[in-house]
Amino acid sequence: MDITLTIIGQSVAFFVFWWFCAKYVWPLFMNVMEERRQKIADGLEAAARAEKDLELAQAKSTDQLKVAKVEAAGIIDLANKRGSQIVDEAKDKAKEEAKRIIVGAQADIEQEVNRAKEALRAQVSAIAIAGAEKILEGTIDRAANEDMLNKLASEL
Amino acid sequence: MAELADVAHAAAEHGAEGQTVQEYITHHLSYLTYGKFPDGHWGLAHTPEEAVSMGFMSIHVDTMGWSLFIGAAFLLFFRYVGLRATSDVPSGIQNFVESIFEFVESQVNSGFNYKNPHVGPLCLTVFVWIILMNTMDLVPVDWLPEIAMAVGGLWGLEHMSFKVVPTTDPNITMGMSISVFFLILYYSVKNKGLGGFLSELAFHPFGKWMLPFNLIIEIPTLFAKPVSLGLRLFGNMYAGELLFLLISGLLGAYQLPAHFVWAVFHLLVVPLQAFVFMMLTIVYLNAAHEPAHGDH
Repeated sequence: MDITLTIIGQSVAFFVFWWFCAKYVWPLFMNVMEERRQKIADGLEAAARAEKDLELAQAKSTDQLKVAKVEAAGIIDLANKRGSQIVDEAKDKAKEEAKRIIVGAQADIEQEVNRAKEALRAQVSAIAIAGAEKILEGTIDRAANEDMLNKLASEL
Repeated sequence: MAELADVAHAAAEHGAEGQTVQEYITHHLSYLTYGKFPDGHWGLAHTPEEAVSMGFMSIHVDTMGWSLFIGAAFLLFFRYVGLRATSDVPSGIQNFVESIFEFVESQVNSGFNYKNPHVGPLCLTVFVWIILMNTMDLVPVDWLPEIAMAVGGLWGLEHMSFKVVPTTDPNITMGMSISVFFLILYYSVKNKGLGGFLSELAFHPFGKWMLPFNLIIEIPTLFAKPVSLGLRLFGNMYAGELLFLLISGLLGAYQLPAHFVWAVFHLLVVPLQAFVFMMLTIVYLNAAHEPAHGDH
């Protein structure tokens, strides 16, 4: 056990190394650890937040789905209504059109009948005159009997 | 030592350069010493006798040098790694250093209950430094001394001693334990006040009417701390080194298996002694931070 100056040298080295470690080594690792701890904490927090967000989004989507369903039902109802309305309108229009066509046709028919009657009248007077001429065996003055003929024709 | 000497004579043929085993071991247990000769001039001692004649005014160049080299290398390496450390996934070397750091930090956290940012670095320094100094005894006992003798031969020092395990030098271990002792005193006085510290010595454990007995118990207890701290480390490492030397000196060519067994055992002792030193430092410093006991 020869104690020498070495013991003092080692003590000095001890304090110097301690100082160096405390100033230049320890903080480096302390910071890295702290940073990593922070990062992990942030990551976990973000994960928890994402989970919550997901839950909220799911709830929201269900809500929106419900609203959309209701809306869709409304739209379908409206469409159905509108459809039957259109059909009704079309029916009404068709009926009107048909009526109109019938009326027109009746008018045409009446006109035709009248025209035929006119033609018939004209021919009746000619036939009446021709018959009367045959009966009287002479010509009848058409102008003199005009009134009587017209009267006859209008009676037809 | 008589039996040892007999064995030594029997094995003398194995010894290098016709040395007896005793000479071999003595040579390995001596230091490369630089100091003040009795006639007043300074220089390197050429023989162990010269080294002893220098007394206190000398320095063990070998153990001191290795101690400084190892401590500086470890701190610079840690700083190198620390500067490149990232808080992302650590890899390789950073992982290794961080695991040591975390181990020390967790020991400090669990053993030291007060706020003192200096205790962590202290324990890291002590733990890694001592582990590395202890590890030097796993280097085969003749390698570095032979190299040293070859180099020393250039200056006429072909028989110089060269001790490579700093913790087998009581100066090294006691140098650290006395430093810890001063820290114990400093933090005790700082946290308890001088009065509180002295009253702990004087009025415990038996109260003020038994003051002399208290002092008889407490003062040796206080001084036992650095002594046990330093001598435990020294004793373990010195004994281990001695056994390596005995194996190397006595067994000649058959030493390899014995070396292997003892080295494996030492793989346990090396970190264990460093751990014990660190843990006791934590415990002592924790006690030094405890507030003074209530008034008596």
